[in-house]
Amino acid sequence: MSKIVAANVIAGAHKIYEQTRKKYEKAVKKYGKKKEISFPNTGYYLPVIYGILGFPVKNLGDAGVVLDRSEQLIPPQVREKHHLPYLGPVLDAGMATLFNFEIFEAIRYLENSDFYLPAEEPSDEKLWLGAADDVILRKRGVEFVDGTAPGFAAVVGSAPSKEIAADMALELQKKNLYVFMAANYNGTTFAQQLIDAGVQIGWNTRLVPFGSDISAAVFAVGFATRAALSFGGIQPGDFRKVLIYNKDRVFAFVLALGDVTDEWYAAAAGAINYGFPTIADTPIPEILPTGVCTYEHVVSNIPHSEIVSRGVEIRGLKVTVTEVPVPVAYGPAFEGERIRGEDIYIEAGGGKTQAIELTVMKEMDQVEDGKVELIGPDLKDVEAGSRIPLGILVEVAGRKMQSDFEPILERQIHHLINYAQGLMHIGQRDIAWVRIGKGAVEKGFNLSHIGSILHAKYHQDFGNVVDKVQVKIFTDKTKVDELLAQARGVYAKRDARVEGMTDEDENTFYSCTLCQSFAPSHVCVVTPERTGLCGAYNWLDCKASFEINPTGPNQPIEKGAVLDERLGQWQGVNAFVQQASRGKVEKYNAYSIMVDPMTSCGCFECIAAVLPVANGVMSVDRDYKGMTPCGMKFTTLAGSAGGGNITPGFVGHSKLYIASRKFVAAEGGILRLVWLPKALKEQLKDKINQIGAEMGVPDLADRIADETVGTTEDEILPFLQEKQHPAVNMESIVG
Amino acid sequence: MATLSREEIEGLKEMVGVFRAIKNLAQGLGGIAGGEAPVAAPAEGLPVVAPPPRKKELGPVDWTQHTIDPVTLEGLKRADQEGYKTTFHRALTMTACPIGKGGTCCKICNMGPCRVLPPKGRDETPEERKKRTGLCGATPETIAARNFARMVAAGTASHSDHGRHVAHTFLHAAKGELPDYQIKDVPKLLALALDFGVETQGREIKDIATEIGEKALAQYGQQDGELTYVKRAPLKRQEIWRKEGVTPIGIDRSVVEVMHMSSMGVNQDMEHIIRLATRCALADGWGGSMIATDLSDILYGTPVPILGKVNLGCFKEDTVNIVVHGHEPSLSEIIVQAVQDPEMVKYAKSKGANGGISLGGICCTSNEILMRHGIPVAGNYLQQEMAVITGAVEAMVVDVQCVMQGLAELAKCYHTQIVTTSPIAQMQGAYKHYAFDEHHALETARAIVKDAIDNFPNRDKNKVALPTEQQDMVVGFSHETINYMLGGMFRASYRPLNDNIINGKVRGLAGIVGCGNARVKHDELHVTLAKELIKNDVLVLTTGCSAIALGKAGLLTPEAAQKYAGAGLAEVCDAVGIPPVLHMGACVDNSRILMAATAVVRDGGLGDDISDIPAVGVAPEWMSEKAVAIGQYFVASGAYVLFGVGFPTINEDVCTNYLFKDIEKVYGGRWDFVEKDPMKMAKRCLAQIDAKRKALGIDKARERVLADMAMRRDLG
Repeated sequence: MSKIVAANVIAGAHKIYEQTRKKYEKAVKKYGKKKEISFPNTGYYLPVIYGILGFPVKNLGDAGVVLDRSEQLIPPQVREKHHLPYLGPVLDAGMATLFNFEIFEAIRYLENSDFYLPAEEPSDEKLWLGAADDVILRKRGVEFVDGTAPGFAAVVGSAPSKEIAADMALELQKKNLYVFMAANYNGTTFAQQLIDAGVQIGWNTRLVPFGSDISAAVFAVGFATRAALSFGGIQPGDFRKVLIYNKDRVFAFVLALGDVTDEWYAAAAGAINYGFPTIADTPIPEILPTGVCTYEHVVSNIPHSEIVSRGVEIRGLKVTVTEVPVPVAYGPAFEGERIRGEDIYIEAGGGKTQAIELTVMKEMDQVEDGKVELIGPDLKDVEAGSRIPLGILVEVAGRKMQSDFEPILERQIHHLINYAQGLMHIGQRDIAWVRIGKGAVEKGFNLSHIGSILHAKYHQDFGNVVDKVQVKIFTDKTKVDELLAQARGVYAKRDARVEGMTDEDENTFYSCTLCQSFAPSHVCVVTPERTGLCGAYNWLDCKASFEINPTGPNQPIEKGAVLDERLGQWQGVNAFVQQASRGKVEKYNAYSIMVDPMTSCGCFECIAAVLPVANGVMSVDRDYKGMTPCGMKFTTLAGSAGGGNITPGFVGHSKLYIASRKFVAAEGGILRLVWLPKALKEQLKDKINQIGAEMGVPDLADRIADETVGTTEDEILPFLQEKQHPAVNMESIVG
Repeated sequence: MATLSREEIEGLKEMVGVFRAIKNLAQGLGGIAGGEAPVAAPAEGLPVVAPPPRKKELGPVDWTQHTIDPVTLEGLKRADQEGYKTTFHRALTMTACPIGKGGTCCKICNMGPCRVLPPKGRDETPEERKKRTGLCGATPETIAARNFARMVAAGTASHSDHGRHVAHTFLHAAKGELPDYQIKDVPKLLALALDFGVETQGREIKDIATEIGEKALAQYGQQDGELTYVKRAPLKRQEIWRKEGVTPIGIDRSVVEVMHMSSMGVNQDMEHIIRLATRCALADGWGGSMIATDLSDILYGTPVPILGKVNLGCFKEDTVNIVVHGHEPSLSEIIVQAVQDPEMVKYAKSKGANGGISLGGICCTSNEILMRHGIPVAGNYLQQEMAVITGAVEAMVVDVQCVMQGLAELAKCYHTQIVTTSPIAQMQGAYKHYAFDEHHALETARAIVKDAIDNFPNRDKNKVALPTEQQDMVVGFSHETINYMLGGMFRASYRPLNDNIINGKVRGLAGIVGCGNARVKHDELHVTLAKELIKNDVLVLTTGCSAIALGKAGLLTPEAAQKYAGAGLAEVCDAVGIPPVLHMGACVDNSRILMAATAVVRDGGLGDDISDIPAVGVAPEWMSEKAVAIGQYFVASGAYVLFGVGFPTINEDVCTNYLFKDIEKVYGGRWDFVEKDPMKMAKRCLAQIDAKRKALGIDKARERVLADMAMRRDLG
């Protein structure tokens, strides 16, 4: 910490403290100390304060306590001559600044609840999205956990021009990083510059506009803090672990664009506590020795053309950039990009035309690697705004290829096409829906390029099982219909195979420790009847993943002796879990929610909880933001059960697991299910009824309560009794 | 094996001359051989006694050859003008006894003293060597080792007794019996409770402190088991100690044991003598000294960074000037309060001292109150007489250790009152003895201060020569401070230090510690060595009188990093905002360096024991037996320790060889000796540091590691 930097940080911290104190006093005068304050829809209160101090700020009075504390944390100004050591005090000042920013922003939410737009994308009127809620955290968390998003860049200020801003954003996207934007410089903001340059911003394109003040930068730190709490299972207030977790696992850095003010310095010092270095485009003093961050702490005067790659390097992050021979940018950051209305050049599927995709295995001599055939008209042959039929047939061959892997490879088509900038893909199989934007076509994109993408990425990602790949693209309606018939036959066969698989039939389960990068003691055991709790990996996926990467996060587990058939406990599984959780978990039961249920990382799709009065279980998915009968919202539930901990009475799971015959089987299976959010119930209705029928209750879905019935146990119990829900008369669930 | 220097040969001749004189006297021949003036024959019937050794006549001296401190230089010149003698003068007229100084004199029984010096100027034959024993047949190595062990015991006794007094005061303060002492650092108290296994849940601070005080005191008389602090050391180190049987059991016991085993006819195996001396030394470093440090911190406050000043410029013509000198903080802490008492200040002014009262410290007492209160340091060990020579010191309040008796005589030339205060340290010729009792601490302190004020009118203005030199310094680097300053409240750790050692910006660590010694150029070895080391990117930790020397040279300011340090170290100092030399406290606080070294090991990346880290310890100008105890506990803790001036066993090759070489196989640390060339010392230190770096594999530039997801998963 150079002395100049130290002096600036301390000056900034004092200023921010004063501002926050003033805003606080005003708010207290207006609302009183009991007035509740919060960030939207989070179980982590003001997350930095909660994570670091373990202190839940629930009202203005609580904020006052933190303000007092942060005042003590800010040191006096550095003496000109014979100064005292400043690194420690300056880091404290940085932390105090983050606390103050959170209080400042929370009061802003209180005073003006419409200041930020609580959405994933900005609207025409509102650019700034404010704090990310827990739903976004968990949804995006999966990408951080599995590495599709290796980290984030917090961009503060603005670039010298919108073109430079757009170039930087594109490079950050290509490196798969999230970009969290805050603060302004020179009368504009990085986010505004991107809008002006026609770049699509929002959570879906990983370019997230938090706010136009430097205080909004704290939302990025709050996101990181919550990652430690929710995925890392770190207790709030265990500040050291929270910070080290971030240093080791959350690869974030700050790009400071424009004159670094005292306030920016103070915020940067806060970020350094987390191991997030600052890279500036201005000639500010550098702090090169390592220690708090993994490498340098402040590096300055970096040209914009290099600033992204320097940031990645300084943070010590390895980014794998996908090189695909197409004329548009390519990477996970472009997955969520939308193509709408005027921007659409062609559209296929979506109910208007047929679009279909199929991956099949062939003999080695039947596949010519790299061959891409287009059968039918190409983009240049149709007018802008056209709808066309589309069939994509990928034929693969490989010595280690198995037909079981076909659906896995095929399912990749969705994101592989989506990764291309200017392409949008929704759905799968025969309900695929593809849009290609005018921008992509202008850059020279044609339909054969879809084949090039699939060929390149299949080799890259599945090289261990795939030796040859050839792709046929059909736009000729007759050919598409022919393919449809062929595909439907294949789908039916596959479904029957998966449908018929049971845990009893297979001797090998698979582990998934993909998220140990974030949740170090969590181990998923994926069985044929139970997918990983994030919903992203089923048993076949894991099996294929193991074939592809034998030392990777999916390892075969020999079940071994059955220790308890009802609870779902096996000797081999216990031994594996013990070892893979590094001794933290000794045993677990696959089919029980009450007795040693499986650990939960943080990125589960749903969480089930026991309802003792209703004598059943409920489950809630992360898209449902309301209250549930167990007295907690999804966010709070997730917070209390996540982080690789065994929590009897709670278990995280995927949506599909609800329709598994093994869903809380030890407690009576799906017949115990008494409450679901309405939307989720509708989504799973057929499957629930199907399993219900097998168990003698064919209209089970209708007997399950939802939020329209009630959100407390007392409210739903009469409904359950009236509908004669089977759980009501089952033996007591709490034993 | 070093050959005798010219000076030593001169000394031997001198001694031989005296022996002859005695012999002649006994034979009634009279006179010193060599045709010199005859000595008067003793009176009839009186026992024959040796006359004092003949002193060299001292002509005009160029004192710039004997100190680098301008204040001391002026003091010496003034002493010459006035005709006063100081330790500097005596050093020039009296050489060190050449038989005793290398460890070859055995005087533990009345058959001796026996001298077992090797032949000069030639190698001895094995037969000769076999014959060279004491009367009892004790071999030179046994004799050297016993002498060494006794120095260790004395040093251990000094620090540990100091620690005992602190613990005793602490216990009674905890019980609320000493109104002038309070528990100041509660967090450290609670941390210490963990070490001592004292329950803290739901208990009052008073009770916790009382139990800690009792347990700390019990360490002294403990007869079984292990000292509590042993558990603080790296695990590997503890295992080595247990395997060697040197894990200290009780503090007092280890001292008594060494005194016993080194007495006539007990332990006569050199390596085993050293082993027991090691156990004793460890009872100092990981026992008595550590207790002194920890309990002083709790009672008087753990040092935090603070601006201080050093040198005799702290005294003013218009103030009553009081020096506190010695080692223990219990009285000086209260004197600090007394001199700030407005009533006292008023009283001083009433006696004509318009500026009030100035307090300055000498030796480690000064380090204690400097680190905790920013009270100026008047000077280090060799400056105690210089303080008197300013003619402006009303009182010099002394307690224990490193207080020269010469002060008493010198003080008589001025109005200065030498006030002794320790129940175990009185001085013939001192002004007064106040038997200091903690129950009446403030009362005693006030009485002493009042005496000094009353003495102000006695000051002879014509004899006053006050220097104005004072150097600023930033001090207060306790182990806790270092931990905090490297990461703040939330990320406190030694990680940044380790990282920068690993990446080579910091080449290594050096503890430069110890006394001043009038046999070498005052402060010069400390300062030149420190400058050379920091120039080579070695971060220096310092304590005791060495710290004062380095402070005077301006090395304890953050600005010194840019001025003297190598680019890598300067960059790190700039990042943290620290001087390139960190003042960690008094000599008893070398325990802080042990804790710092352990913290470095704990933080990882630099091996798993103290012996793995690229660190050295140097006492270039040592003189006290305490230094030997410190050196030995550092060696046994795995450090390379280099001594200057002289080494206690240097004239005995077998024992020296063991301490300098073979002992490394056991502890990973060893002794070394360079007489008085600081550049040569620096070279040896750097070689040692580089060897450790190489062993750790951090001698080469490291590639930047870029982490992918698999690496994150592997973190566990």
